[in-house]
Amino acid sequence: MPLFPRLYNFAHWLTQDRASAEDLVQETYMKALRGFPSFKQGTNFRAWIYKILRNTFLTTQAGLKASALISLDSDDDKPVEPASPETPESALLARAQQETIQRALEDLPLKFREIILLCDSEEMTYQEIGELLVIPMGTVMSRLSRARRAMRQLLTTKLQGVQR
Amino acid sequence: MSCETWRDKLDTYVDGFGSPADQDAFEAHLRTCPGCAADAISRLQMKRLTRAAAARYSPSPEFRARLEEGISPKCPPRWTFGWMPRFAVASILLVLMALGVTLWFRHTTRAEAFAELVDLHVATLASSNPVDVVSTDRHTVKPWFQGRLPFTFNLPDLQNSPFKLLGGRVAYFEQNPAAQLLLQVRSHHLSVFIVQDRPGIFPIGMGSTARELAFNIETWTDGGLRYIIVSDVAPSDVHDLRQLLQSAQ
Repeated sequence: MPLFPRLYNFAHWLTQDRASAEDLVQETYMKALRGFPSFKQGTNFRAWIYKILRNTFLTTQAGLKASALISLDSDDDKPVEPASPETPESALLARAQQETIQRALEDLPLKFREIILLCDSEEMTYQEIGELLVIPMGTVMSRLSRARRAMRQLLTTKLQGVQR
Repeated sequence: MSCETWRDKLDTYVDGFGSPADQDAFEAHLRTCPGCAADAISRLQMKRLTRAAAARYSPSPEFRARLEEGISPKCPPRWTFGWMPRFAVASILLVLMALGVTLWFRHTTRAEAFAELVDLHVATLASSNPVDVVSTDRHTVKPWFQGRLPFTFNLPDLQNSPFKLLGGRVAYFEQNPAAQLLLQVRSHHLSVFIVQDRPGIFPIGMGSTARELAFNIETWTDGGLRYIIVSDVAPSDVHDLRQLLQSAQ
């Protein structure tokens, strides 16, 4: 089964639940098998199957709930604010704990969590992410920038909590 | 270029997706700017830490086995009819099998497509936020889909009809983005799905009207788009809405 462990990891991050992740992966493979004739040979299989997984997730109760929390404000083509000169990363790196990052990822809104995972964990190109999320390249860049800023803010908050 | 401008683009460079010329210019800037260099290094390290932290969940061997069993093709039973002329039997069986497989495929793919549409309709009604754009005004709902879907469509004026537009959302049907419009007639709800009509998106032989799990479904194509109405209202109401939608195209 191609991409099985990676798909499962991504599914678990989306659903944040083992049983739901298993159901989601199973449904994804079933749909992929059923819809394989519609897959165009020579195109990106990975993007195709991730798209099936994400679309399937978005039609589940958990996906509907998570996507309902997404702000309707468009994040298209707004200027990206400059990063703060103080970088939480520099404070974090000395005592970065995997668990802290994992907790921050869990706390991120769905649209931020998924784009960070697709870029940093799945190492997809901006173009692949744009095709998967059905958003233009400019939106990929601005959303990614906002997602990372939100991640830094969460990490800063968590680190301040640890320090107290 | 100022540091502020470079910092706006830091993520793009850290991800390695800047153009080669920009990438070279950025690296030249980093050699002369300790602040940006420190920022770039910390973002790169953050990216690596995130990657390591994100590799958190592994599927269990039991789930893998269960899934492999579920999706592997089943071996067909072997039949022996030594006393019959083998060629004739094989021919008859082949024809019957082809017929059976075709009918079964049509039935199952049709049933799955219907089930998926009904699921979407029911899940939408069960949601506390059934629609993403809440409006009875077609001039608000239609433009909301711009940029969210790779196609556009027209909505009829419902003022002198029993139907009321409640809003819309983006849904996915057969892995294709679709507009889902939610309407009301008396106390019943109707979902109208609009999706690009591509070969294979709908099961072969799918009729224009159908009944599934007590839901009435009506579908047609117009201008390269496939329209599907799903509701528990009477077929005549579904048909009236179809005529209204068709009149707007």
